[in-house]
Amino acid sequence: MTFLARHRIVLPVVSLAVLLAATFYMQPRAMSYFGLNLLFNLAVPIALATIAQMMIIMVNDIDLSLGAFVSLTACVTATFLQDAPLIGALIMLSLILSYAALGALIHAFDLPAIVVTLGMSFVWGGFALFILPSPGGSSPEWLRALMTVKPPFAPMAVVAAIIIALVTHLLIMRSGIGTVLRGVGGNARSVGRAGWSLIRLKALAYGLAGLFGVLAGMTLVGLTTAADANIAMRYTLLSIAGVILGGGEFIGGKVSPTGAVIGALTLTLAASFLSFMRLSSDWQIGAQGAILILVLTARLIFRQGGRT
Amino acid sequence: MTSQKSAPLVTLTDAARHFGPVRALDGVSLSVFPGDCIGLVGHNGAGKSTLVNLVNGGLPPSSGEVRFDLGETALDAGVRSVFQELSLCPNLTVAENLRISHMELKGFGWRRTARAEIAETLDTVFPDHGIASDAEVDTLSIAQRQMVEIAIGFAPRGQSARLVILDEPTSSLDAGIADQLLQHIKRFCAGGGSVIFISHMLGEIFDVANRIIVLKDGKIVAEKPTADFTRQGLVDAMGHVATETAEAERTGTFGAEVVRTDQGLAARQGEVVGLSGLAGHGQAAALAKLYLSHSSSWRAGRSPQVAFVAGDRQSDGILPLWSILRNMTVSILPKDARFGLVDRQAEQKVADDWKTRIGIRTDDLTNPLLSLSGGNQQKVLFARALASPAPIVIMDDPMRGVDVGTKQDVYAMIRAEAAAGRTFLWYSTETEEVCQCDRVFVFRNGEISAELTGAEITEEKILEASFEMQEAS
Repeated sequence: MTFLARHRIVLPVVSLAVLLAATFYMQPRAMSYFGLNLLFNLAVPIALATIAQMMIIMVNDIDLSLGAFVSLTACVTATFLQDAPLIGALIMLSLILSYAALGALIHAFDLPAIVVTLGMSFVWGGFALFILPSPGGSSPEWLRALMTVKPPFAPMAVVAAIIIALVTHLLIMRSGIGTVLRGVGGNARSVGRAGWSLIRLKALAYGLAGLFGVLAGMTLVGLTTAADANIAMRYTLLSIAGVILGGGEFIGGKVSPTGAVIGALTLTLAASFLSFMRLSSDWQIGAQGAILILVLTARLIFRQGGRT
Repeated sequence: MTSQKSAPLVTLTDAARHFGPVRALDGVSLSVFPGDCIGLVGHNGAGKSTLVNLVNGGLPPSSGEVRFDLGETALDAGVRSVFQELSLCPNLTVAENLRISHMELKGFGWRRTARAEIAETLDTVFPDHGIASDAEVDTLSIAQRQMVEIAIGFAPRGQSARLVILDEPTSSLDAGIADQLLQHIKRFCAGGGSVIFISHMLGEIFDVANRIIVLKDGKIVAEKPTADFTRQGLVDAMGHVATETAEAERTGTFGAEVVRTDQGLAARQGEVVGLSGLAGHGQAAALAKLYLSHSSSWRAGRSPQVAFVAGDRQSDGILPLWSILRNMTVSILPKDARFGLVDRQAEQKVADDWKTRIGIRTDDLTNPLLSLSGGNQQKVLFARALASPAPIVIMDDPMRGVDVGTKQDVYAMIRAEAAAGRTFLWYSTETEEVCQCDRVFVFRNGEISAELTGAEITEEKILEASFEMQEAS
C-alpha cells in the first residue's frame, strides 16, 4: 500500500492545486478575492449536485436523472418558491420524499437504478417544462442575497464549498448512520444480516440525494436569478465525473464527500482554465473530457503502482 | 456440564426446511444449552448451512419450530454467526464494521467506544493480533479479516454474546491462530457461553466440542458426547450411504495420457476422472484453469480441444433468451458454417440427433430454453458440449438440482461417450456420482490430498481424504 493508495484524497487535492496554479499563471488577476469568486461561483450548485450523486453511488447505484431533477427544482425555486413560499416548500419536500420512495422502489423490486432514473429524468424534465415553458422566473430575494454575500477573507464560493464538505463529511464519514450507509455499498448482505432494514437505508440514501438535489437547484437560481427547464441538464454527467474525480468508486461504497466537492471545483475550474487558454468554445467540452481522462489515468497508474 | 440442567438457549423442534422439492433439512430437533460446545459435521449438502441459518434466524423453517429463550429473534437472544464466506464491509474500517452489527452504538464519541470494544475483543481472542482498529478492512489479509469477523462475533455489542455459530472459522487461519481461537472457545464455553462449531478438521472438533452432531441428508444421524466418538466412528457415521451403485462397468483399458497439470491432476483417453472433496476446496478453480489453458480467448476454432459443461446454469451456462436449438448448437456453429454463415440445415440435423440421443423432453426445439425444466436445461448443456468434437469434456458439478431420472440418462451417456474414447473430468459434490468414476482426485485446501483408483474409490476413502485427520496443533 503506497501513500497515495491509502490516502485517496491526495490525488484530487493535487489535481485541483495544479489546475489552480496553471490558471493563476495564465491569468494572474484571477488571484484575488473577486477573481476567485468568479472562478468558483458556479461550483456551488455543481458541488451540491455532486454530493447528491455521491449519495446514490455510495449504495452502488447511479442516478441519470440528476440533471433533470436539479433543473426542475431550479424551476420550482424561480416560480413557486418566489411567488408562494409555502407551496414552494411543500413541493420541494414532496420531491425529496419521491426520491426516497424511488430508492425504496428500486430496492424492493430489485430494479436497475440506471434504467429507473433514466426514465425518471423524462418525468422531471416534463414537470420542469410544465412549470416553466419558457426561460424566466426570478430568484427569491433572500436566496439572491445569500448567494452574493461577501464574507471576509474568502469569497462566498470558497466558504460555501468548505461548509458543504465539512457538513457532508460529518454526515457520511463520521456519523453512525453514514457509516451504515457506506456499509450498504460495501456489503449489503452483511448489513441486512446484522438486522438493518435495507429498504429504509436505500430510501434514506436516495432521500439525501433528493435533498442535495433541491439545494443545488436553489443555489443555482440564487446565482443566475432565473431558470429554464434545461438549465442543469449537464449536471448529470458533471456530478458523476465529480464523484469519480474526487476519489470515489462506482461500486463498493468507497466515496469521499470532501473529494466530491474538490472534484466539482476541479471541473468548474477546468472550464475557466480552457477559456483563459482562448480555446474556442467548440473544443471546450472535448478538452474538459481530456482533463478528466488525464486525472483518472493518473489515479489508475498510482493504484496499480500501489498494488505491486 | 453442570449447566445442562438450565433452560436451553435455542430449541428446534422437528424443524424442516425445503427449497422447492429439495429437503435441505428434514425434521431436526436440537437444543443448545448454556456452556454447550457443539461440533457439527457432515458432508456436502448434508444440511449444515441450512441448520445454521435456521438457528440464526436467517431462514424461517418450512415446518416445525425454532424457539429462543430470550425475545423473539435470534438477535434478541444473543445468537451470532460467523460465516465461512467473508461478510465484512471491505470499504469500512474494523471499528466501523463493528458499528454495522452493533445498533446501540450511537451519539458523539461512538467511534472511540467502537475502537475500544473491538480492540479489547481482538486482544482477548487473538493476543498479539497486530490489527489496528482504524485499518480499512480491504487493506487486511484474508486471515486478518477472518479474525476480525470472529472478534465481532464474540464482541459484547450491548448485550453479551450467548451463542456464537462458527462456520469453518479456521479454514483461512494458520495453526497458531486457530489454536488461539480454540482456546478462546473453551474459555467462552467454560464461562457459560455456547458455540456451534463447524469444521472439516476433525482434530479441532474433537479438541473443543463436548457434543458432536452428525448430519446426513438433512437429518441428524448421530448425536453423542464427544468422548463416545472415535475418529473412525465419526467418519463412518457421516458416510455409509449404501453403495449399491453398479461398479462393474469399469473397463480399465485407457489410452494415452491427455491431461496433466502441475497440481497433479491427470487423465487418460477414455477415462472418467472425478474430482471430489468438500465444496470450495479448489476443484472448480482447477477445472477452470485447465479449461482456459486448453482454449484460446481469440479463436474459437473448428476443432476445440476441450468442452465445458457448467453446473451453475444461470450464471455461466444457458443463454436464457434463446431457443433450445440455438442453445444446443452454439458450440458447433463454426464447424458447419460456410463462408461465415450458419448452415441452418446442418444445425437442425445435429440438434434433432442430440434431442433423441439425450432425451430432451420437448415437442419443438425452437421453443424458448426456459420452457424446459432445470434437468432438461442441463441436458441441453450436455448436448452442447458433447456435440462439439472436443476430445476432453470438463464438467463443473453439472448435476446440481437435477432429478434422479435425468441423472441416470446422463450417466449412461457419459459411459458411452467414454467408451468411444472421450475423456471426462467431472467435479461433483455428490460422492455417489464420484464413485462411478475410473479415478478420483480428492481436493483439500486447494491441493490434491489423495488419488484413488479402482476399488479404492469408496465413500469412506473420499471422506477420509476430505477431512483433515491429524490432531489440530
